[in-house]
Amino acid sequence: MSDTLNLTLKVWRQAGPDQPGEFRVYQLSDVSPDMSFLEMLDVLNEQLLAQGEEPVAFDHDCREGICGCCGLVINGQPHGPLRETTTCQLYMRHFKDGDTIVIEPWRAAAFPVVKDLIVDRTPLDRIIAAGGYVSVNTGQAPDGNAIPVPQEVAEKALDAAACIGCGACVAACKNASAMLFVSAKVSHLALLPQGHPERKKRVLSMVSQMDAEGFGACTNTYECEAACPEGVSITNIARLNREYFKALFA
Amino acid sequence: MVQVKEGTLDSKVPDGPITEKWDRRRNELKLISPTNKRKFEIIVVGTGLAGASAAASLAELGYNVKAFCIQDSPRRAHSIAAQGGINAAKNYPNDGDSIWRLFYDTVKGGDFRSREANVYRLAQVSNHIIDHCVAQGVPFAREYGGLLANRTFGGALVSRTFYCRGQTGQQLLLGAYSALMRQVHLGKVTLYPRHEMLDLIVVNGTARGIITRDLISGKLEAHTGHAVLLCTGGYGNVFYLSTNAKASNVTAAWRCHKRGAFFANPCFTQIHPTCIPVSGSYQSKLTLMSESLRNDGRVWVPKKKGDTRHPNDIPEEERDYYLERRYPAYGNMVPRDVASRAAKERCDAGYGVGSTGMAVYLDFKDALQRDGVDVIRSKYGNLFDMYLKITNENPYEVPMRIYPAVHYTMGGLWVDYHLQSTIPGLFVLGEANFSDHGANRLGASALMQGLADGYFIIPYTLGDYLAATTLEPVSPDDAAFQDGIKEAEGRLRKILDVDGTESTTSLHRQLGQIMWNHCGMARTEQGLKEARDQIRELRERFWTSVRVLGGPQTLNQSLEYAGRVADFLEFAELMVVDALHRKESCGCHFREEYQTEDNEALRDDENFCYVAAWEFHGVGEDPTLHKEPLTFQEVPLTTRSYK
Ligand SMILES: Cc1cc2nc3c(=O)[nH]c(=O)nc-3n(C[C@H](O)[C@H](O)[C@H](O)COP(=O)(O)OP(=O)(O)OC[C@H]3O[C@@H](n4cnc5c(N)ncnc54)[C@H](O)[C@@H]3O)c2cc1C
Ligand code: FES
Repeated sequence: MSDTLNLTLKVWRQAGPDQPGEFRVYQLSDVSPDMSFLEMLDVLNEQLLAQGEEPVAFDHDCREGICGCCGLVINGQPHGPLRETTTCQLYMRHFKDGDTIVIEPWRAAAFPVVKDLIVDRTPLDRIIAAGGYVSVNTGQAPDGNAIPVPQEVAEKALDAAACIGCGACVAACKNASAMLFVSAKVSHLALLPQGHPERKKRVLSMVSQMDAEGFGACTNTYECEAACPEGVSITNIARLNREYFKALFA
Repeated sequence: MVQVKEGTLDSKVPDGPITEKWDRRRNELKLISPTNKRKFEIIVVGTGLAGASAAASLAELGYNVKAFCIQDSPRRAHSIAAQGGINAAKNYPNDGDSIWRLFYDTVKGGDFRSREANVYRLAQVSNHIIDHCVAQGVPFAREYGGLLANRTFGGALVSRTFYCRGQTGQQLLLGAYSALMRQVHLGKVTLYPRHEMLDLIVVNGTARGIITRDLISGKLEAHTGHAVLLCTGGYGNVFYLSTNAKASNVTAAWRCHKRGAFFANPCFTQIHPTCIPVSGSYQSKLTLMSESLRNDGRVWVPKKKGDTRHPNDIPEEERDYYLERRYPAYGNMVPRDVASRAAKERCDAGYGVGSTGMAVYLDFKDALQRDGVDVIRSKYGNLFDMYLKITNENPYEVPMRIYPAVHYTMGGLWVDYHLQSTIPGLFVLGEANFSDHGANRLGASALMQGLADGYFIIPYTLGDYLAATTLEPVSPDDAAFQDGIKEAEGRLRKILDVDGTESTTSLHRQLGQIMWNHCGMARTEQGLKEARDQIRELRERFWTSVRVLGGPQTLNQSLEYAGRVADFLEFAELMVVDALHRKESCGCHFREEYQTEDNEALRDDENFCYVAAWEFHGVGEDPTLHKEPLTFQEVPLTTRSYK
């Protein structure tokens, strides 16, 4: 067992969307390096409760990197310093004794703060609702093996479909663009034969919804890819652009 | 003393040969015309595989659907975390599989405590699920020729599990979620994310709505409907530590139980053999390492007690591959209950490894040598990465350390063949019902069941109920709904008013300890009796010493959590009562008093071949036991053997 850590936490506190927020500073001692980042916040919250201060609100659920609930900006980086790692899968062994850690919510105009570290990410759902699917009703499908899909195509589609919808890409982008998120879904379905019939309509509706939600433009700074906990590649954005222009000029 | 009633439950299983029951019933069920479907409003609580698939399919048929979930998006339901795969009887590998074999394995795997007709239907519709998911664009693993790939899961000798690397649940849920969002776009589904159901409203004996709390504003709301579908998942978090997502809870099911829905087999909880062991007291959840790993990983402990050598320094002949030794036919692929108990047995006997001695090795050395790192990475890459992130140990170089953890609940609200509970109009789908897995669920069959319920069963059976029932109009302003709101308000107020000194987390942890020690992998009469007393004491402590800050009319995660723990504290007692009354061992339910000479579960078919469905009479009061007898016509009752 390695030694425990003593930490200074600067945490964003904001009572509600219309209230002003501020950083509050908390000292936390004896943090085990084998704790996850969220378990460290659990300990902070127990300490706050004992002192009569309301615990810090943050989203989380699976705590294993797949549901996309969690998402904190840690020392300026969405999901913290480790590549391809969600906040819940970040362990305290990656910090040092005496560190000061700054913890903020996602910052983006399209994601207003709900409370403390929780933001509203429903715009992402509305983008999917606009066209992120294959229009097939239950009961209509042919046999699963009716259309072979080359193995490498299926794998590539899964690489894109692996997106957990956490919104880190938006938080990382200086323009708060949602292009990586949208491109992941467009790519997933454009790669597979099942997605072909609606290919053009899908990309146009999803992009137009993205614009309507107030996300910024993509200026190719690649920050989104660096922040993505699933390693979704920016080549998907190139594919999205191709799909979009093909659909636009078709 | 518990009161016992027989003959009160009608399972509505159709007559005739098992292969024809579902077709026959489908032909008998009443239909509703497309124009009339538009007149019905259906409430779906939960958007996991069961809820999302049901909501989407019903909306496609023309019903108006209101879908509720706790998370900020329906895509984040606990189903998203399922790793290993989903079963279907396609027999693509040509290895002798069939609908009958999937049915047989599932009944046997469940240790003969499930309903044959339900399981057969599940196996029948399994193939349609795969077809539908492929059509939705679920990127299943493929062979080089472009056709669907399969792997093997525990309790089977064939390869029938379809998968997307180690993230099958994610891809299946995203498929169902996208179908759901399409219906949202078409205006057929109204979504209520960040809404928690706090009560069921029953009017004239039928389920007519729910009370919810808007988790952002704290506002309590009444929602009316012609039927309520409960798809709220399992209650494994009663143990505090489990592989379930943190928000998984029993509240919705428990509220329905208190309103008259019987709870079936609550003590049947699955302890999964391959999870990352507990490492510290701050631990907030346990992480599963998918069962699929047992395809290539070999489980062992040192032959010498208390051997502290590094695993890589322990030579082959000094390793005890105890599953292969005890169960030569199935080896590492025995069902979960068997594998978990075997691990516990070795650790209790002093052969466990790691700093706590409560772990065994899952070793990929042979597979890595045989297939190479790339093949293993392509199959399990994300699981290996997750293991490394959590433990700081590299499973490509050192065997994983694993130990059993609470994972899944076979018990749930009692439902008939139509998935209807004992409250007419309340249907229960997915992990929240008790239906198909008996006393032990086989791997890759929960995803199958959730999607079977939602895509292929409820669309038929719900219509029959609505066609056959006359329902008076109701309004949220009716007394039943307004009273429901007041009651929910009172409960929240009561929690806040305690204003004690103990945190909810600490009380929940203590409950988890009681359940794990006495109602976990091994149970005894005396332990269970002690547990019942301890739960009662703890419940009292909760209501006198819990401390929850903040108010009810705002986003208040502490209040949400305290409400769920308050329900776990009531529900836990029912689990213990059920475990106490079942004086036999079956599947996951291992009563130490009832075991064979070689420590296998000893069933008592003469006295316990039934579903135990409990009727509520009050917190702390003895519930009434209703027995639904189980008959096995197709798979003769035999002692399970995996040797
Ligand atoms: C780590 C892990 C891996 C697994 N891997 C596999 C696998 O490989 N194969 C397999 O077959 N099974 C697997 N399982 C089991 C399987 O994932 C679950 O049994 C299944 O997904 C449950 O689906 P569900 O739709 O019934 O419920 P869930 O997915 O749990 O969904 C519950 C829904 O109900 C909502 N809800 C709950 N309470 C309320 C309330 N009071 N008010 C409003 N909404 C509420 C939630 O918000 C959520 O939307 C795994 C389970 C775990 C934990
Ligand atoms: S809590 Fe689910 S991804 Fe972090």
